[in-house]
Amino acid sequence: MWLLRIAWRNFCYRSLSSILTTISLALGVALVVMVLAVTGIVSEAFSRNAQVGYNLVVGPKGSALQLTLNSVYYLSQPIENLPYTEYMEFFDADARAEMVRRYGGDPALGERTGKYAAYVVGGYAIPLALGDYLGEFRVVGTTPAFFEKLRHGPTLEEPFAFRDGRALKSHTPGHGYYEAVLGWRVADQLGYSVGDQFSSTHGNPDGKGHGKKFNVVGILAPTGTPNDRAAFVNLEGFYLQENHAKPLTGEETIEPPTEAPEDADGNLPLTIPEREVTSILVRNGNPMFAPGMQNQINESLQAQAAAPVGEIAKLMGAIIGPMLTALLVITLITCVVAAVGVLVAIYNSMNDRRRDIAVMRALGARRETVTGVILLESLLIAVIGAVAGWFLAHASIWFFSGEIEERTGVQVGILTTSSYEGLIFPLVLILALLAGFLPAWSAYRTDVGSNLSA
Amino acid sequence: MTVTETPTATPAAVLQITDVIKTFDQPGGGKLTVLDVPQLTIAEGEPLALVGQSGGGKTTLLHLIAGLLTPDSGSIRVAGVELTRLSEQGRDRCRAASIGYVFQTFNLLPAFSAIENVQLGMVFGNRPVDETRALELLGKVGLADRAHYRPSQLSVGQQQRVAIARALAGRPKLLLADEPTANVDPASADSVLDLIIGSCRDEDIALLMVTHSMDVTKRFERVEQLELINRAFQTV
Repeated sequence: MWLLRIAWRNFCYRSLSSILTTISLALGVALVVMVLAVTGIVSEAFSRNAQVGYNLVVGPKGSALQLTLNSVYYLSQPIENLPYTEYMEFFDADARAEMVRRYGGDPALGERTGKYAAYVVGGYAIPLALGDYLGEFRVVGTTPAFFEKLRHGPTLEEPFAFRDGRALKSHTPGHGYYEAVLGWRVADQLGYSVGDQFSSTHGNPDGKGHGKKFNVVGILAPTGTPNDRAAFVNLEGFYLQENHAKPLTGEETIEPPTEAPEDADGNLPLTIPEREVTSILVRNGNPMFAPGMQNQINESLQAQAAAPVGEIAKLMGAIIGPMLTALLVITLITCVVAAVGVLVAIYNSMNDRRRDIAVMRALGARRETVTGVILLESLLIAVIGAVAGWFLAHASIWFFSGEIEERTGVQVGILTTSSYEGLIFPLVLILALLAGFLPAWSAYRTDVGSNLSA
Repeated sequence: MTVTETPTATPAAVLQITDVIKTFDQPGGGKLTVLDVPQLTIAEGEPLALVGQSGGGKTTLLHLIAGLLTPDSGSIRVAGVELTRLSEQGRDRCRAASIGYVFQTFNLLPAFSAIENVQLGMVFGNRPVDETRALELLGKVGLADRAHYRPSQLSVGQQQRVAIARALAGRPKLLLADEPTANVDPASADSVLDLIIGSCRDEDIALLMVTHSMDVTKRFERVEQLELINRAFQTV
């Protein structure tokens, strides 16, 4: 106990040097803890956003990761488009026949059940059409089913809530084709509220603005998912923007729609041959069917099916994981640098304290005792630095927890810890022992006679 | 490490030096013999003043007796323990158990208060740390009211008195004092001498005080001239 007291007194006696050294170590530890926390938050955010109720994303052939990024996270560019008929493959004959009657197209489409319909019985298939922007945010053309079927939250049981207004609705005389729902971040950043109108731009944020405006009918409450930064518009309205209709070759068989609802401006939905989708969010009624359906789709000529969870796991393993590991290594290096600071600080003080060490030896202290005092001093700096750094990091995380939850949906408390944090203390103690070794060795070798006579 | 007892040792002798030679390497090569002491004995509780000129080997002799240096040859027995046969750890233990040391420059540890400096004498002397005794010792040297002062807050004379209390804290059998009055003013020197000699008498501690001051030697019944007992000096 007295050795600890001696070490503590030495720490206090050289308070400026001790405190500065401790602060540098604390900052190093805080950085490591924060990087671990960020790693955890990023991993959780990615994995939780990869599951919003659907288990597969279907899109054109190409990169499965790109398909996941643009359809789930609204990042990256869409690959290409799929014909609307590919979307119709997820429906039975009745539903397909209704689509033909509603939009117009080849009546033969409604005479058979879709290839994948059996796989999604009890589930759903929701179309997405991408390519337009509202400011920097993606415009997502979709159907009211997006808001009815998808769920979010830790247990994937929370339906979308609205900060203001309501979800998109199917066309009725009261609800036209140009309705839009904004993620809360889009609304906040661009200053939109329910009742406002906006024009989307084509192709990129600085592209040409479409002439037809959408009416904002709802603003989502925060979900902590990429949907917070998307502008959802009615798929029919999206199709009706100029240049969004697929040009016809003249060889298509098109029966005019028999149930087409016309809006107040006389707009009619596009016919099936003119319609395309960027991707389709699919949930199998029975998850056991997912692998079989995925294989069948991937064997087809036009489409591919990607499991977002798997793609994100691959992304984490291939890119984000190594990046976070590199960041962690860099912050660990800062701990090593801080430990070198401990070494330098104590070693530099050795010249001033050789006489003290000689006096302790003359009073009966053994070499091992004075060596132990120096090592304890180094350990004291390490323990104080590690504890201070840990609290600093967790206080910072807690301070920003609201912002983190708002942006990522991940809840973090002051005591939310990573399983790797348990390794920090032993690591810092080992570093401190290594850092204290050189000055301790110097203390061990201090010549008593010459230093007492000095 | 086993402490070796020699049957011929005088039980009453706390210090017995026999044919001790100490040499140091010279910068230009060769060796310089600084001490060649055939015989020096101090009995239990006996005070002895050892007078010598500066550079005469007084401090080297004290370091040899304290086990901080080892002789080239000869025998040094402290409280019946043959130091020259001990390892460094054994000498550390012997020093902690039997020897108190008062330095010319006090050498208080600056990070610690007066009472803690005294307690450190107990810690390193492998004694139970007794705050009451530490306060008692500080009271004995007239510094009970300065117990929690740092060395930098004490006068030179007060610092030396704390150093005396610290040297006594380990209940030594032999107190080595290396010119303890050299750095204090004449008025304080008297009280420092009173304290050292009086405390050693009260606690039956043998005292070896090296000095070059004839005023100091007047306080001792037994005075030895280092020049006379050190044959190395005689051959220079």
